[in-house]
Amino acid sequence: MRVFERPKVLKDKVFHYCPGCTHGIVHRLVAEIIEEMDIRERTVGVCPVGCAVLAYDYLDIDMQEASHGRAPAVATGIKRVLPDKVVFTYQGDGDLAAIGMTETVHTAARGEPLTVIFINNAIYGMTNGQMAPTTLLGQRTQTTPYGRNAAKEGYPIKVCEMLATLDGPSYIARVSVGSYKSILNARKVLREAFRRQIEENAYALVEVLSTCPTNWGMKPRDAMDWIENEMQETFPVGIFKE
Amino acid sequence: MKDRLIISGFGGQGVMLLGQFLAYAGMLDGKRVSWIPSYGPEMRGGTAYCSVVISDTSIASPVVSRPDTLIVMNSPSLDRFLPAVRRYGIVVANSSMIGHIPKLDRDIHLVSVPAQSIAEELGAPKASNMVMLGCYLGIRGGPSEKAVEAALQKAFVDAVKRPDLIPINRAAIERGRELAQAGNEND
Amino acid sequence: MKKKQVLMKGNEAMAEGAIMAGCRYFFGYPITPQNEVPAHMAAYMPRAGGVFIQAESELAAINMVYGAAGAGARVMTSSSSPGISLKQEGISYLVGAELPCVIANIMRGGPGLGGIQPSQSDYFQAVKGGGHGDYRLIVLAPDSVQEMADLTMLAFDLADVYRNPVMILGDGNLGQMMEPVSFCKFRKRKLPPKDWATTGTAGRPRNIVKSLYLIPEQLEAHNRKLYRKFQTMKRREVRFEEDIPEGCELLLTAFGTTARICRDVVDKLRQRGHKVGLLRPITLFPFPEERIKEVSSRVKAVMTVEMNMGQMVDDVRLAVEGRCPVHFCGRTGGMVPSVEEIVHEAGKILRGMKE
Repeated sequence: MRVFERPKVLKDKVFHYCPGCTHGIVHRLVAEIIEEMDIRERTVGVCPVGCAVLAYDYLDIDMQEASHGRAPAVATGIKRVLPDKVVFTYQGDGDLAAIGMTETVHTAARGEPLTVIFINNAIYGMTNGQMAPTTLLGQRTQTTPYGRNAAKEGYPIKVCEMLATLDGPSYIARVSVGSYKSILNARKVLREAFRRQIEENAYALVEVLSTCPTNWGMKPRDAMDWIENEMQETFPVGIFKE
Repeated sequence: MKDRLIISGFGGQGVMLLGQFLAYAGMLDGKRVSWIPSYGPEMRGGTAYCSVVISDTSIASPVVSRPDTLIVMNSPSLDRFLPAVRRYGIVVANSSMIGHIPKLDRDIHLVSVPAQSIAEELGAPKASNMVMLGCYLGIRGGPSEKAVEAALQKAFVDAVKRPDLIPINRAAIERGRELAQAGNEND
Repeated sequence: MKKKQVLMKGNEAMAEGAIMAGCRYFFGYPITPQNEVPAHMAAYMPRAGGVFIQAESELAAINMVYGAAGAGARVMTSSSSPGISLKQEGISYLVGAELPCVIANIMRGGPGLGGIQPSQSDYFQAVKGGGHGDYRLIVLAPDSVQEMADLTMLAFDLADVYRNPVMILGDGNLGQMMEPVSFCKFRKRKLPPKDWATTGTAGRPRNIVKSLYLIPEQLEAHNRKLYRKFQTMKRREVRFEEDIPEGCELLLTAFGTTARICRDVVDKLRQRGHKVGLLRPITLFPFPEERIKEVSSRVKAVMTVEMNMGQMVDDVRLAVEGRCPVHFCGRTGGMVPSVEEIVHEAGKILRGMKE
């Protein structure tokens, strides 16, 4: 009989994340995959500035903290020194698609054998809810109080669609953690992203549509539904490169 | 012995190579040497120059503001650097590219060589810098022939893998040397 | 027996020195006048079994350095003034996370895009921190192509000893200049194992490379720990070269290219019967303040010569503490002061003493 338990890679520590935030779910998925693939002792994670900068408090693996936007560069440095280790980054939308877009694109173009986990919650969480590069049109944030207006603030950036045009990446996918079914799919896709690095020495990116109930001003349950119903209209779930 | 040189010309006339050639040969002769290029956009088309110091004793400043020797391949270079040449210094000027060479009222020894015409006569239009080099060797009496020969090997074999270019460049050096020595006899 | 000499550019000698010192990772972005460094690394690093990456920006380059250093490697980057400004955030993180690496700044004129000709106007940036936070780098100032190689080799050991970035502060002149250089076999010091590096947790508790301390008591303790390292550097790592005659009247202080020029100035003034000396700091941090303090009590004046509007002169004044007048002579914007103009300035000071 299997007992549902905490993966050992996930430390026995209460998350600092807000109620209803899905970082906890994604952390757990990553921890489960690391355990399942038996790579804990040869994995190095990189967590840059953002809500998940403290991920090293929860994941019992070697980790490096990166400055804002530079996780792919830091991970490149690690992977080039330790090509046999498994290196992943865990980045938010501001980090990956605004300040760090250059590193994102060039690391993908180099086909650097890394696994990039991209948490897209359409807002800056850590700094209390400003517009992100992935904020939806019409979405209210601290810096788009009347709703994101394409004429003034431009359009949300579709990272997966953009990176899929490059020759470097091996695997580009978007998943959601807005429902039980979606979470099961996310787990499968994330595992594939690790497998690509380990078995094919290839670059993989998984965008995870996530919640930010606090800054969205929603109840956790409604936030989950908002991912499934609203966000997916702009950011369709799927495999963009395989 | 200490010679502080400025070597100047259009980009493409080989002034950088000429300077490196001298520094390398000087090093092989056991001298202290330094070479500093001008760098940047002026390398492409404009005036390019380098500073070389060859000395028996350790070189304090490798930056040459007042040269003992000025080797100039074109008119703008002569205009720019002539006023800086030290008393009893020498100027080697490429008369093929310098229409008017002013009369010098200072104690400066001027040798004017139609380096471009000579190089073309030899069938090696790019070797005008080697004619100038030969002229310098003829006047200063160094670096040694052995060192110059080794520098030729380095420049044309090690660097660009064109050993076939050595005889013609050697000939250009010799012509320059002869002209300088003939000029000295006339003094 | 005389060692084999090769004629090399300063930039190339520095790159070669790095490889000989065991550096196997180089990440850089093109900028004049240091392009020979990445070019040399691209050509020779693969032969040494190492990695060269032309990064997409200076920011990416310094953060690749961070990752590689955190994974325990000997790693280097180089740039020139505007590019070094871009790297400052990363340098601050490297110090905060106590990661060893070597960073070369082949200075050019500023501010802004400035020019591409040699300058020493990043002295303050190099020795006072440069990025945010309370920190120092060990700053080495070569004055010849030979020292571009030798000090780079030393830099890697010092970085590892102190777990702190070390900066090679050269200028366009030193980078572009060719001089004969000989390489002696590099003897690495005995250094403690890098048991803090993130190499996977096999057989040990996990390692975290970070500079975030949200609890102020912890951050203060971290700062105090870093400060103790900087104090140790001050006690142990001061390096300088001096040529000070008996009864010296005027002491010149200069580093790098200007120190070379000043040696000719000293010769010229001595030929005219003046008692002139030269002190050249080789480490700009730690600064030879004790030595300058001692010497300043027995000379009549000090003159600092720099290719900027007066930066190291501030540190000289702090060391002299008013014991004698401290003068400044400088050119900037890519202009290199000539022997003649420095002699002229020194002459004015020396005449003033006689009056």
